[in-house]
Amino acid sequence: MTITSYCIIRNKQVLTPNETFSLTQPSFDDFLTALYDRLQPNYPRFYKMDNQSKLGFLAAEILLKEYSIQLCKPETVSIVLSNANASLDTDIRFEASTKTAASPSLFVYTLANIVMGEICIRHSIKGENAFFVAPEFNARLMASYSHQVLNQNKTEVCLAGWVDVLGGQHNVFLYLVENKERGLALPHTASELEKLYRQ
Amino acid sequence: MSSGVYVAGAGALSAIGHSYATSFLALKNSTHGIGPLSSLSSIYKSTLPVGEVKLSNEQLAAQAGLTKPVTRTALLGIHAAREAITDSKLDITKWRTGLVSATTVGGMDRTENFFPDFLKDNTQGILSDVIHHGCGATTDLIAQALGITDFTTTINTACSSSANAIMLGARLIRQNKLDVVIAGGTDSLTRFTVNGFKSLMILSDELCQPFDASRKGLNLGEGAGFVVLVSSRVLQEENLKAKAILTGFANTNDAYHQTASSPDGRGSFAAMQNALIMAGLATSEIDYINLHGTGTLNNDLSEGTAIARLFAEKIPAMSSTKSFTGHTLGACGGLEAVFSVMAIEHQCVFANLRFETTMPEVNLTPQTKFEHKAVNHVMSNSFGFGGNCSSLIFSRSSIE
Amino acid sequence: MADLKVQIIEALNLKHLKPEDIGDDQPLFVEGLGLDSIDALELIVLLQQKHNTKIANAQDGPKIFKSVRSIAEYVRANQAAA
Repeated sequence: MTITSYCIIRNKQVLTPNETFSLTQPSFDDFLTALYDRLQPNYPRFYKMDNQSKLGFLAAEILLKEYSIQLCKPETVSIVLSNANASLDTDIRFEASTKTAASPSLFVYTLANIVMGEICIRHSIKGENAFFVAPEFNARLMASYSHQVLNQNKTEVCLAGWVDVLGGQHNVFLYLVENKERGLALPHTASELEKLYRQ
Repeated sequence: MSSGVYVAGAGALSAIGHSYATSFLALKNSTHGIGPLSSLSSIYKSTLPVGEVKLSNEQLAAQAGLTKPVTRTALLGIHAAREAITDSKLDITKWRTGLVSATTVGGMDRTENFFPDFLKDNTQGILSDVIHHGCGATTDLIAQALGITDFTTTINTACSSSANAIMLGARLIRQNKLDVVIAGGTDSLTRFTVNGFKSLMILSDELCQPFDASRKGLNLGEGAGFVVLVSSRVLQEENLKAKAILTGFANTNDAYHQTASSPDGRGSFAAMQNALIMAGLATSEIDYINLHGTGTLNNDLSEGTAIARLFAEKIPAMSSTKSFTGHTLGACGGLEAVFSVMAIEHQCVFANLRFETTMPEVNLTPQTKFEHKAVNHVMSNSFGFGGNCSSLIFSRSSIE
Repeated sequence: MADLKVQIIEALNLKHLKPEDIGDDQPLFVEGLGLDSIDALELIVLLQQKHNTKIANAQDGPKIFKSVRSIAEYVRANQAAA
């Protein structure tokens, strides 16, 4: 069981094992659109998503660009995510909309786990998915939970990590753990995760 | 026996009762708790049918021994979790004990009262209304009230949250990380959720009718449900009585839409199937399904389609207890797990209230009345927004 | 109908489209622009807020929202007195 790849998005900068680049857009919303334009996923549904889902979607696009999980059966891929602010960024926007008329397209994103739903729809992932709310990235919890999930019958891949956004502040650490040695092939332990997270 | 996870205690709080015993009586007597909204200041007050817990925050705080109320979500959770521990007769200080709690509302019941004043004038608003806003704060408040310090975590996956909390609790015990886990969830009614569900146009302005051809939508509810999960070692050494065994569980993603379920219910089909595989049971061995059964056009058709396909050989008795309590969102997985345990303990199945006509697309007739019968294995379904589908199987403790 | 198209693009976050890209009779749902049930709900809100026109039953959505022209016609026929 190894960590095979990762994608970090912080301060409008993207960091993966193969590249680092920044997009200097004035606003966070513009940064998200610019990153989408750069990746060209041709997925208009992106524009309807809230910022948390956009971040998670883009990080997953980058992470899975060179590794097609289409090769895996949908039920064998799982997602385990975590963050500190749940869906607060969208909750605030939804609350504001209720002054005139509650917006259904905002309301559907006022849950921490919808970002997983969007990633699952995009990449046809149908395996187990869990979302933890915690004050900060907990490498031990993530490592032990993903470990359990990958030891279940037939799970091959687990997409895991931290996707947090509030206002313009964003912090994404998304990584792949697989039941084989591939890519980075780092041992799947809490200390390795901690090291990657703190880059 | 060594990897078994046993339910040693249970606690329930909802529109139909303030305890496990009173809730069971209401289910037995087919007395629901849904009525016009009274506790929130909202434009839907006195009209929208909801399942409210008939206890004020002051009453809940007094019962909990708190000098002043914290968030309603936390108060509901403390009440039910405490009952579960008392019911188990376990001294949790002797064992590695964790709390896995779930909520979608968190402290929003107080935060939404803070903002109107604050937004008009940012020197106004009572700051103590927002300090327990986060989902994790709800868990912390429950942990503090119950003296749980070894491990706490919070799950938020919409309507499947507390079913997933029970799954995680079971895994922590099976992996020998903890001996005892109090697992479940809590949610209170807020304007935020009422307005939000209104905007999705899936609320019924009448009493909900799960699995009925004329169903118009769901009724929101509030409440909390917790179970005390223990390892076989704790069960034996403490000489506890197991109310039920958690023999199977599974979680999948429907991968279809943010909030709607796929028409053929493939996510829920897979979750139920995988839970059966884990429990080593054939579909014919399930005696009762506690449905997710929200009463929406979408869920009931999707869940019904999946059940008709999976249980084609022999359709078990089934009912949605949301016809009694309303949809308690993050709490429903935990609350309905408790109702499933009741079905085993009392060897009965509960009614699916107000059912009259089968859905034309699937030929399923839920239980129309309370009935005593042999119940060895119960399946409890919870399907959440984001395509998160969970299914739990509880079995009678004299059978492995 | 030109105004309506601008409003639809804004309400539904169709940032990749300009009003000229939407035909008057082009199907909006399923094949056409690929809108979904949540978009239908937002259109209900739009009609209520900007055009004083109510749709009580979400099930009527697909018929009314078939194309920009069908929306415009519905508004003309059902707009409440100001």
